[in-house]
Amino acid sequence: MNKVFPNAEDAIHDVQDGATILVGGFGLCGIPENLIRATVAKGIRNLTTVSNNAGVDDFGLGLLLRNGQIRKHIGSYVGENKTLERMVLAGELELELNPQGTLAERIRAGGAGIPAFFTPTGVGTLIAEKKEERVFDGRKYIMERGLRAEFAFIKAWKGDKWGNLVFRKTARNFNPVMATAAECTIVEVEQLVEVGQLGPDEVHTPGVYVKRIFQGKDYEKRIEKRTTRKAQG
Amino acid sequence: MTDMATTPQVPKAKDMDKRTLVARRIAAELRDGYYVNLGIGLPTLVANYVPKGIDVVFQSENGMLGIGEFPVEGTEDPDLINAGKETITEIPGTVYFSSADSFAMIRGGKVDLTVLGAMEVDEHGNLANWMIPGKVVKGMGGAMDLVAGAKRVIIAMEHTTKEGKPKILKRCSLPLTGAKIVDTIVTEMAFIRVTPEGLLLEEAAPGLTAADVQKVTEPTLIVSQRLKTMQG
Repeated sequence: MNKVFPNAEDAIHDVQDGATILVGGFGLCGIPENLIRATVAKGIRNLTTVSNNAGVDDFGLGLLLRNGQIRKHIGSYVGENKTLERMVLAGELELELNPQGTLAERIRAGGAGIPAFFTPTGVGTLIAEKKEERVFDGRKYIMERGLRAEFAFIKAWKGDKWGNLVFRKTARNFNPVMATAAECTIVEVEQLVEVGQLGPDEVHTPGVYVKRIFQGKDYEKRIEKRTTRKAQG
Repeated sequence: MTDMATTPQVPKAKDMDKRTLVARRIAAELRDGYYVNLGIGLPTLVANYVPKGIDVVFQSENGMLGIGEFPVEGTEDPDLINAGKETITEIPGTVYFSSADSFAMIRGGKVDLTVLGAMEVDEHGNLANWMIPGKVVKGMGGAMDLVAGAKRVIIAMEHTTKEGKPKILKRCSLPLTGAKIVDTIVTEMAFIRVTPEGLLLEEAAPGLTAADVQKVTEPTLIVSQRLKTMQG
């Protein structure tokens, strides 16, 4: 078994124009920086990206947006990206907003072989329009579809050469669930370790979900909103 | 906390008092053992007034239970943020989980209370806080899931718009975040419970009468026979 790739460029060698890609992260936290950079450099276009947010103007998915490489974005909150606002208003980008929990569950279901499910989220709102509604035990639910993609771009803290992954703090977010829902899950890690170096009970994502893994480099890990307090004297 | 279309603003001194009153009153609703999710802006302030002697665990929907204070300058960790994307810290007992797990606990009714802001609330318990038609849509973030799943939904907001118009309406005019999901509305003027019969005014802020509150509220309020003064 050889899942290890030398770098992001090689790991995305077969990602083509028009691809659908799940991109891990929440805000700028836990985003696959190397894979995004490589996709910008490769210049592939007409992408559909699925990611909770859309980065900021000059970082994260914002880099792909600014380059005109994304045709459609599916997410739950895009308020931090002015480029995106402008593109949506100009009709240059199709934007599909999902409630955050519905987005997460659509991806979970997609990865778990479940084509659709019923959720109470969004009943009685615009989100429910044109969706099948059913009553279970006296409460209304709407049907949402599972979501899968050709590729998932995932950022983990540590990973071994079989693709077993460990995430760190809130950089976990959408990463583990997205890792389950793609034909080809590509992972960048801060620390690539030998098989056997991760405790079996410590692994968050089993390697069965991972097709490719590589050692990431030059992490910026930009902080979106730096909030602090003074040290107590 | 939740992503929402409203941007928190830097409050003026007088506004700060109003916000403090709302936050303190909502904090009095907290009970030992509660798991609580606070929205961005005014709702966040509730965390500052947890009553002494009880344990309340705050949930952040990006995948964390047990939110600590802001980090001391110089110790910020880019891998540790809240749903407002602000740097935060752990506390003893903090746990992390995925976004799917986070919303499973929210949708599954494990969160005892969520406190959210609002653009409009109506007498049926409908809430609008994510979208203004014709303006740029930022997205609902986790708000729709929170109102659908949390055991109790408290709205923390200013009683009127900046122009002094009611935000508590007979029927919301903006697209809804959730239908019939609000339990309680707390403003700088009043503590109001949503009941099947209508909005029940239980408390008015110090110095205000029920008539004062009614004047800036569109639907007719049912005034509690035991109307109290709201304690901040």
